Amino acid sequence: MKTVTLTMKNKPELILECNNVTPDAFAGKSLADIGRLEVYEGKFRAPLADYFEIAGEAGETAADTRIVMKGDCKRVKRIGQKMTAGEIEIEGDADMYIGGWMEGGRIHVKGNVDAFCGMAMKGGELLVDGDAGNYLGAAYRGDWRGMQGGLIRVKGNTGNDTATFINGGTIIVEGNAFIHVSTHGEGGTVVIKGDVEGRVGGQMVKGDVYVFGNIQYMLPGFKYMEDVEKEIDGTKATFAHYIGDLGERHPTSRGQTVYANLYVKA
Amino acid sequence: MGEYLIKNGFVFDPVQGINGDKSDVALKDGKIVETTALSSGATVIDASGMTVMAGGVDIHSHVAGAKVDVGRLLRPEDKLFKSPKKTGKVSRVEMGYSVPTTFKTGYDYTRMGYSFVMEAAMPPLEAPHTHEEMRDTPIIDMAAMPVYGNNWFMLEYLKNGEIENNAAYSAWLMTATKGFAIKVVNPGGTEAWGWGLNCTTIHDPVPYFDITPAEIIKGLIETNEYLRLPHSIHLHPNNLGNPGNYETTLETLRLAEGYSPKSDFGREQVLHNTHLQFHSYGGDSWGNFESKAKEVMDYVNQQKNLTIDLGCVTLDETTTMTADGPFEHHLNGLNHLKWANTDVELETAAGVVPYVYGKNVKVCDIQWAIGLEIALFAKDMMRTFLTTDHPNAGPFFRYPRIIKWLMSKQSRDELLHSFKWADRVIAATNLESIDREMTFNEIAQMTRAGPAKALGIAHMYGSLKPGMNGNVAVYNINPEHMPADPDEIEKAFLRAAYVFKDGVMVSRDGEILATPPKLALWVNAKVPENAQVRRDIYEKFRKYYSVNLENYPVRDELAPNQRVIELDITA
Repeated sequence: MKTVTLTMKNKPELILECNNVTPDAFAGKSLADIGRLEVYEGKFRAPLADYFEIAGEAGETAADTRIVMKGDCKRVKRIGQKMTAGEIEIEGDADMYIGGWMEGGRIHVKGNVDAFCGMAMKGGELLVDGDAGNYLGAAYRGDWRGMQGGLIRVKGNTGNDTATFINGGTIIVEGNAFIHVSTHGEGGTVVIKGDVEGRVGGQMVKGDVYVFGNIQYMLPGFKYMEDVEKEIDGTKATFAHYIGDLGERHPTSRGQTVYANLYVKA
Repeated sequence: MGEYLIKNGFVFDPVQGINGDKSDVALKDGKIVETTALSSGATVIDASGMTVMAGGVDIHSHVAGAKVDVGRLLRPEDKLFKSPKKTGKVSRVEMGYSVPTTFKTGYDYTRMGYSFVMEAAMPPLEAPHTHEEMRDTPIIDMAAMPVYGNNWFMLEYLKNGEIENNAAYSAWLMTATKGFAIKVVNPGGTEAWGWGLNCTTIHDPVPYFDITPAEIIKGLIETNEYLRLPHSIHLHPNNLGNPGNYETTLETLRLAEGYSPKSDFGREQVLHNTHLQFHSYGGDSWGNFESKAKEVMDYVNQQKNLTIDLGCVTLDETTTMTADGPFEHHLNGLNHLKWANTDVELETAAGVVPYVYGKNVKVCDIQWAIGLEIALFAKDMMRTFLTTDHPNAGPFFRYPRIIKWLMSKQSRDELLHSFKWADRVIAATNLESIDREMTFNEIAQMTRAGPAKALGIAHMYGSLKPGMNGNVAVYNINPEHMPADPDEIEKAFLRAAYVFKDGVMVSRDGEILATPPKLALWVNAKVPENAQVRRDIYEKFRKYYSVNLENYPVRDELAPNQRVIELDITA
């Protein structure tokens, strides 16, 4: 695997939109061509090289290309958007939409990210060592097609509206989440290792949510069934199993009504 | 304003009986003129090897007003990754897909060579905003049809058989809203929706008003002919979208028997049935859902006083929007996506639901086939118009694709056989057995001459006769050497080589070159003074409306370029 290193040299005054920073866009290009890729600072278009020092070499294919981002990328958005293969490593913080609509490959952010990361993800892996903002792994505003596949792991905390309209894939938050988890969910798995303030699984039709800590305010649409033993992400524990959201329509499969499952560590 | 001579194209003008002859079209002072009227300084456009038609006329499309805006608000995702960057020098940013912005709407219609679009449903109370949006839709001339079919005044007048009073009210409403024609959506059913009910047959009484859809439809035909309006009533019948509804449709169409048109604008119909595709369904469930296009068209073909438009399903992700409130609620129960509903006081309602017509969903494929069958079974293309009921059955920029399917059996067969449930779709439809391929002349009838005549605007639009508005489309397709690949047909009609609007070259190969002023057409019908109706209007506004009577009409500044069609039935 070949590596291209981008080092921030001119910090943008506005937010920088870097949807062209993907292994797919870099693959097979010379450093000069990579430098000419278009980015937006607000409404102004500019070449990537205006902001970053570009070094190293891109692979022939996306799968063979690794991008390392150094320097202050706290105001850089959309890195890895729609990427299908390869790797991106961001050494510090990054802004919104990191790994949005991603289909494959791997993104590792060593710092924090802002909102909308892993949005409507279809495949691949997004790993965040710090915290994530709101709408982690959620659907785009208005869309009913949320996360469909892949893995998002956040080692810190996340904000509101995690996994809205989740349809597939897995989101693991090792810290706490605030309100709205898996709202409108219709598949997939969400694991919160810490506490959740509330509103878990509102209007959820299908799919699983695991909470290792407390849910401070439980939704009334969930009904306790029984205690179950489960191994989740390498940890064995006993969970109280709830089904819901009983206020919502539910599909049937082989004559059985399908509910969303909420497991809260007993 | 320049002069243009469009030379040596293959000209199709059904009005003049020109069927692909190589000839020249001249433009001067915004009008089509005799070629001899041009000065020597006219710009010559070489159209050799290309097809020349009058500017297109769309009889039914939801492009402006309250429910389009609800669609835009409800669907931010309709713009996601589907909004082209700003390209042209004079054009503005274009956004959206099934519910595009006003700018994209105007530009895309222009690129397809259209010059007139009828906004299909204007709730009267929302007329000021509808006109404001039409004003902001560049280039194309427009008009809007106020929605009548569930209006309290109308329900009361018709219940009492007061056609003259209903006509006086309708004329007042047309003037107040700067409206063009009487639009009827699910007559009685939308009002019943206020009670949580619907009228799924033409004999279901409307709650409280105790009148049936059949009485409403007949009463409105009589009102329309009393007023001698340019267009006939424009009807979206009861029971839209349900299996087995073709019987309701046939019963509805039979209501027009015995009526003949009374209008000085050249139309021959008394009833226009819009988006007939949605009304030609057999079976009694989605399981045995099938096409009844043949049964419906056999009847339409015999009745000279009917016109129809297709409402073709294009197998896209789109946004449904209609004043048929109960239907949208029903549809939301089927697809579980989003639903918005609006109540418009004494007048109407509306619902909006996104819909994905999936290529591998049997019902969607059958709907697709029915839309095409309606056109292919039609005997008189001057009474059969191309629409998608934009955006209900598909976005309007799929018209060129429908033209491709109609002109090429190969292209529709390829798609038909690629469906996952092809065998079942073929068994439930007639499409595979139909060999007919439309000619350019028939396409010109369906997209220009026919709709212009049915709307009563054939004196301005739909033909290349000298004296007509200078609206011309030149398509880069040679009727004498049809391309082997049917996709080339779609390409040619999607981005016309040259488009002229009122004598100005507005688009070339898809690039917008100019945005000249556009017109809003409306009908001002002068009727005998009617004190009772005046009092009724005053009373209803005082008692029920949330706005004052004085604030209700469309102010002139919202329609800065008006073309008023004056009628005087007191004479």
